[in-house]
Amino acid sequence: MQLSDKTVNKPGAPRARHLTLSLNNPTIRAILWQIGLGLVVILAGWYLAGNTMANLARLSIASGFGFLDRESGVQIGESLIATGPRDSYGDIFIVGLLNTLKVSGVGIVLATILGVLLGMARLSSNWLVARFAATYVEAVRNVPLLLQLFIWYALLTEGLPGPRQAEPLIPGVDIFLSNRGLKFPAPADDPVWAWVAVLFAVGVLATLAISAWNRKRQLSTGQRLPMTPIGLGLILGLPLAFLALSGGGAMDVPVLQGFNFRGGMTLSPEFAALLFGLTLYTAAFIGEIVRSGILAVPKGQTEAATALGLSRSTAMRLVILPQALRVIIPPTTSQFLNLTKNSSLAVAIGYPDFVAVANTAINQTGQAVEGVLSIMIVYLVISLALSAFMNWYNRRVALVER
Amino acid sequence: MTEIVNHPASPPPIRPRMGLWAWARANLFSTWYNTALTLLFAYIGWLVIPGLVQWALMDASLGGDAAACRAAGGACWSFIAEKWRFILFGTFPEDQQWRPTLAMLATIATLVISADRRTWGRPLLFIWGGGLGFAACMMFGGVLGMDYVPTSLWGGLPLTLALSVVGLSASFPLGVLLALGRTSDLPVMRGLSVVYIELVRGVPLISILFMASVMLPLFLPQDVPIDKLLRALIGITLFSAAYVAEVVRGGLQAIPRGQVEASKALGLGYWQRQRLIILPQALALVIPPLVNSFIAIFKDTSLVIIIGLLDLLSTAKSALTDPAWRGFYKEAYLFVGVIYFLFCYALSRYSRHLETVLGQGRKR
Repeated sequence: MQLSDKTVNKPGAPRARHLTLSLNNPTIRAILWQIGLGLVVILAGWYLAGNTMANLARLSIASGFGFLDRESGVQIGESLIATGPRDSYGDIFIVGLLNTLKVSGVGIVLATILGVLLGMARLSSNWLVARFAATYVEAVRNVPLLLQLFIWYALLTEGLPGPRQAEPLIPGVDIFLSNRGLKFPAPADDPVWAWVAVLFAVGVLATLAISAWNRKRQLSTGQRLPMTPIGLGLILGLPLAFLALSGGGAMDVPVLQGFNFRGGMTLSPEFAALLFGLTLYTAAFIGEIVRSGILAVPKGQTEAATALGLSRSTAMRLVILPQALRVIIPPTTSQFLNLTKNSSLAVAIGYPDFVAVANTAINQTGQAVEGVLSIMIVYLVISLALSAFMNWYNRRVALVER
Repeated sequence: MTEIVNHPASPPPIRPRMGLWAWARANLFSTWYNTALTLLFAYIGWLVIPGLVQWALMDASLGGDAAACRAAGGACWSFIAEKWRFILFGTFPEDQQWRPTLAMLATIATLVISADRRTWGRPLLFIWGGGLGFAACMMFGGVLGMDYVPTSLWGGLPLTLALSVVGLSASFPLGVLLALGRTSDLPVMRGLSVVYIELVRGVPLISILFMASVMLPLFLPQDVPIDKLLRALIGITLFSAAYVAEVVRGGLQAIPRGQVEASKALGLGYWQRQRLIILPQALALVIPPLVNSFIAIFKDTSLVIIIGLLDLLSTAKSALTDPAWRGFYKEAYLFVGVIYFLFCYALSRYSRHLETVLGQGRKR
């Protein structure tokens, strides 16, 4: 048997220029396979699109995104911006999107804090604390999130008294917990609060500046100011001191009127149930990630830090955590994405997130294709943005190797 | 020549036996803040646990009606005693409920048998075919004198198991193909696989389920009926295939390049190479994460409540709508929560066990 010279590349020899037109030529086969698969995908898409067009025409459902400008007639219960039933579908989509971002954003922050605490608790030398954290993690991870959301929602609505029976949580303070949610006093329209906000911002900026200066000073002299009391004093103390001196600002206080409270701020049971559920569930996963990240730092690092005379907490902060973060960040990113995607379960407990709003639009207009497409596009964009941000952060903390 | 001396293995070091007091000193009261933490957690436990025991056992009622439950004030296990059949089996005809019971036992037996590593390989296909075939016969009926039960009457735990087990079995081959596509050298295959995997992983399961339930009927010709269960199954399969693909890709990338090159040198074609050399090694590596994927699918099937299927979670929820038994949500959710927990916890323990056993040979 003789092998054709054209199909065999001798090492170092220039690649054969012209192809043998045979089905046994791997290059030809690869091209044919790809053309075949491409055709199958295109034909399948064509077939599905054709069917869809025919079905839509038969059911006389409009297509296209024109419905976004039409009046929706939907009153959304919970919104960050002003809404009304005259809003177009486009407007209520934005309201839903903001609600999704609100619950995911707050959830991510809380889940991270709780998750780090849980991870450290599982590694605690205290037997009781470690067992408690381990039990929590196992119990929460092995039960569907949706069931947990139902439990929270039931506890926060059926488990609580109506507004008329609600007693103040702390005697004398107007904070009420009822099945309509948590009502609490909010800053009313008063210039004092604007000053408080300005002072808060000043405190944050001053803390950032001082800590930058402090770092430089530590590098050059080895001396270091205690940043925690300084930062707390500036960020919290400054506005609080001003508030105390000015005698406090006007408050908008919830008052029982008829069957519900008026005024004040509300934490609705839907939002609270979703937030609790998402936070507690994701925190269990983040806790496991943090634990394995800390365990991945070699023991020698702890021992070396101790030998240098660092205290346990300083060693944790300056030696262990920065190294653990490199292991922790990539899987935590996917947990953040999971939390955001899981926030779509809101539709099951009546929180008006993007999926719930889009679902309403689908039911009213019948434009399922556009509705589902918008859901997918919105989540894809959020996912891409979040992972781009986390990748940037990951590069910042990644090990810089020579 | 030196003589080879067979040293007897040295006995494990003797651990000093610790008294209860010494153990507590070391593990609970080692420093002042550990003491404070211990006291805090002990206090929380003292606040919560007696109340819980009181609720679940002392004040609980079993066998009475709703009024008796409300009078007793504790957990109403009578509600579960009254509704357990509905929660477990949904609307499956009551005199036929031995059939889903047998189907579930067959499914669980299939899972337990395939947990044994000795069955891994070709026999597994027959075990799964047999077990799931038997379960399907039991559920559908229509043979051996059993009445035919349409899927619209299925519900509860059998439905949850069917969705997750069939979902996993169907998404596995699709996931392997997608993983092969993503690691392929051919740009069209790679591009399509990457787009599919990233698209599906970027969106929530609910949107895929919506798509399956409202868009699938639009995609197909008018005269092709497609029942609700099948729609949900297609959605779950398409969704989990993307996740399975990423798991399998991890295994494929862990196989040294030399294996591919050696099999090429032996003259094996692409499919022979994958089937005989690469996949057997890659799949063995990823069994523990695949078990974790199964846990995720099992929990995720609870979302079918949103497209109106009566799975274990939705039967519990609809049992609660009975006006005679309003408000016993704690008992209902605890009941189904324990069932979900038992399955997922057993699977996660198994996955961890496999990881240590399979890791033994690779550990240095």
